[in-house]
Amino acid sequence: MAKYIGKRLLYMILSLWMIVTATFFFMRIAPGNPFASEKKLPPEIEANLNAHFGLDKPWYAQYWEYLVRIVNWDFGPSFKYKSQTVNDLINEGFPVSFLLGMEAIFIAVAIGVILGIVAALKHNRWPDYTAMIVAVLGISVPSFIMASFLQYFLAIKMGIFPVARWESFMHSVLPAVALASTPMAFIARLTRSSMLEVLANDYIKTAKSKGLSRGVITVKHTIRNALLPVVTYMGPLTAGILTGSFVIERIFGIPGLGAHFVTSINNRDYTVIMGVTVFYSILLLVSILLVDIAYGIIDPRIKLAGGKKGE
Amino acid sequence: MNKRLSIFFSMLLVLSMFLAACSGGGDNADGDKKGGDDGGKSDVPQELRVNINTEPPSLNPGLAEDATSGTVLRQILEGLTRIGQDGEPENAMAEDVDMSDDQKTYTFKIRDAKWSNGDPVTANDFVYAWKWALDPANNSTYAYQLYYIEGAEAANNGEGSLDDVGVKALDDKTLEVKLVNPTPYFLELTAFYTYLPVNSKVAEANPEWATDAGENYTTNGPFHLTEWSHSDKIVLEKSETYWDAESVKLDSIEMIMINDPNTELSMFDNGELDWAGAPTGALPTDAMQALKDEGRLTTQPIAGIYNYKFNTTVEPFNNVNIRKAFAHAINRQEIIDNILQGEQLPAMAIVPPTMFEENEKGYFPDNDVEKAKEFLQKGLDELGYKDASELPAVTLSYNTSEAHQKIAQAVQDMWKQNLGVEVNLDNAEWNVYLDKINTMDYQVGRLGWLGDFNDAMNFLEMYRDADGGNNSTGWESKEFQDLLAKSSTETDADARQQLLKDAEAIFMEDMPVAPIYFYTNNWVQAEGLKDVVVSGLGDVQYKWAHFE
Repeated sequence: MAKYIGKRLLYMILSLWMIVTATFFFMRIAPGNPFASEKKLPPEIEANLNAHFGLDKPWYAQYWEYLVRIVNWDFGPSFKYKSQTVNDLINEGFPVSFLLGMEAIFIAVAIGVILGIVAALKHNRWPDYTAMIVAVLGISVPSFIMASFLQYFLAIKMGIFPVARWESFMHSVLPAVALASTPMAFIARLTRSSMLEVLANDYIKTAKSKGLSRGVITVKHTIRNALLPVVTYMGPLTAGILTGSFVIERIFGIPGLGAHFVTSINNRDYTVIMGVTVFYSILLLVSILLVDIAYGIIDPRIKLAGGKKGE
Repeated sequence: MNKRLSIFFSMLLVLSMFLAACSGGGDNADGDKKGGDDGGKSDVPQELRVNINTEPPSLNPGLAEDATSGTVLRQILEGLTRIGQDGEPENAMAEDVDMSDDQKTYTFKIRDAKWSNGDPVTANDFVYAWKWALDPANNSTYAYQLYYIEGAEAANNGEGSLDDVGVKALDDKTLEVKLVNPTPYFLELTAFYTYLPVNSKVAEANPEWATDAGENYTTNGPFHLTEWSHSDKIVLEKSETYWDAESVKLDSIEMIMINDPNTELSMFDNGELDWAGAPTGALPTDAMQALKDEGRLTTQPIAGIYNYKFNTTVEPFNNVNIRKAFAHAINRQEIIDNILQGEQLPAMAIVPPTMFEENEKGYFPDNDVEKAKEFLQKGLDELGYKDASELPAVTLSYNTSEAHQKIAQAVQDMWKQNLGVEVNLDNAEWNVYLDKINTMDYQVGRLGWLGDFNDAMNFLEMYRDADGGNNSTGWESKEFQDLLAKSSTETDADARQQLLKDAEAIFMEDMPVAPIYFYTNNWVQAEGLKDVVVSGLGDVQYKWAHFE
């Protein structure tokens, strides 16, 4: 196991290096620079700025400097937000996005799995249809429409929740639900289909003929095996949701990390682009690793070390 | 029965989670509503809640370079002058201003004012702040706003020394400023944020003084910076040490950062904000008409213009008649009524009517198709084409945005209908777009301009030199340059105004730019809210604001 994890960590560093390199070069190929604006700067000021931020150095020097910075976990100052460093932006934004993300993941998994199980157990009957209509809606309605819809009815018309902002638990409910709706629907469908598959297996028939109660069969034999695809999906979902959603954070005015993924690119804020990319990549790589480890715990047939089964 | 029950319970679970989340929220929302807009009572809470869209990139006046930072700075720091409620500069930190006969030396007497930590405001605080911005080591992008001062430009680009900059503290309370040229709008500039003072004692001791609220962020304006939670909100409270604290009625201002016009309006409608829309935020375009019909919308023209620039170095726009034909063949009113819906003014001139009143009419009538056709034929003859169908398709460029796209499509259609010219649209991401414009890799392209100070010069001088950073049309004219040069040494205000008008006339005669519309600010505000002052430049001040 330790050997396996060690090997995986090595691969992770390699992937990270490739991501950083690709981002660095794509970013520099893109036209424009952090100081571009409708009002053009006098050239001597622009030259001065380029020198200050080291943008006048040859690319390999900048690239090397950047790699050193990542190793030291010091991404440098933001070009646009002069009162904050990139580390500040991440340290302040991530906890907010993390909290909101956890709430959304909880809603998505709890409701998604329940809906999926109910749908599978009541296959082709009304609970199944109801659950799947909810799921189709969840997948097909984009999150920003869901967000505006929730805002309009639950906040403006009914006055139950505040419209936006990030102050108390009440403020977090609408964005969490909006953020959760798509993954929830996805999880419901995944659970349903894999439940149906498992239910058709011979060992379920055996369990039934042994005279086991329905509850035992469902919990012990079916759900455990049916959750594997859901766990697979959890890896990228966690990384994606925990780092924040641009759209949801914008609509609800949440000071999270999500906005920086998009605005930093529009601003050509090089240090922020690299910082959030590296941060996101690490989160993604780690959560994929955790998912692979979780496989082994849920399904003993999957051997992590030594076996030939790939990921 | 058992199965039914299990479904029933799981559904119940879902429902109860939902309801649990709902209950208890009621009082919260009510509480939010109480805060603001039920005016009329004797002791209305004097707490203003506005949206400023985004995190201000910097609250150091030397580094600020954007409207959001300016909005916050204007409330907490005070310059030598301040733009008054009538739009004219009035004395602020300066108690008395004395101008020499050649209008190149100003002597400011600083009033007895205090920083929020009790330090007196001295002439040296201004010298320190301005020289700090000009110091090339500090990388101030807006340092060029100070180039009116003698020796400032040289000091900033490293050719001169900071010691030679023409700003001096004669004593603690007397500041002397020497200018390069007579600058009739200099007292407007001293109200601008790059000219704001900095508490030199604090800033010298702690170079990072402006990154957060707290004891290091000392203020000398009507409000004090109490809280700054980045990307979330800023809280200002009335300053007790402000020299004119009597005029300040608001106890606090909460500035939140929501970058979504729909949310902003929803929050306003829900009583969570006292102001929605310009100049600090934005209203959704779809809502404009409804707000107008309900009579809730306030519209105010500001000094800003939306232009279609012509690249005068390439065919066919190297021909003046072709440029004129294209400029005449646009129905601006139709664009405003159907696309923008914000009561903007059609622009047939380059200097906004907030500066030259007669420019409301402009130099030519809007949508003059007959004239356009004449110009087109003349231009085609000069270029050696028989008719418009022979003209190669023209490319109209804009940067990605719904409004720019809709306008471009409308103009494409107008040029096709009115002139019979084929037009291709070319859309690019903002930075890519700026790159194209700056390298003259375009034929016709949109660009906006918002005034920095209330003077026509601000809208004309960018076209002085063909290679000037903001010209991007490739156009220049000796006559135009001469008039601008004359205007900057002219000390008589009326004569100077006339020189600038003549320069504008030359510009419009050559038409390197087709003006489209002059900007307006549109907003809705809470009923009891009074005396929020928005200047002709679109700068907002809350000094006098109060709830009734």
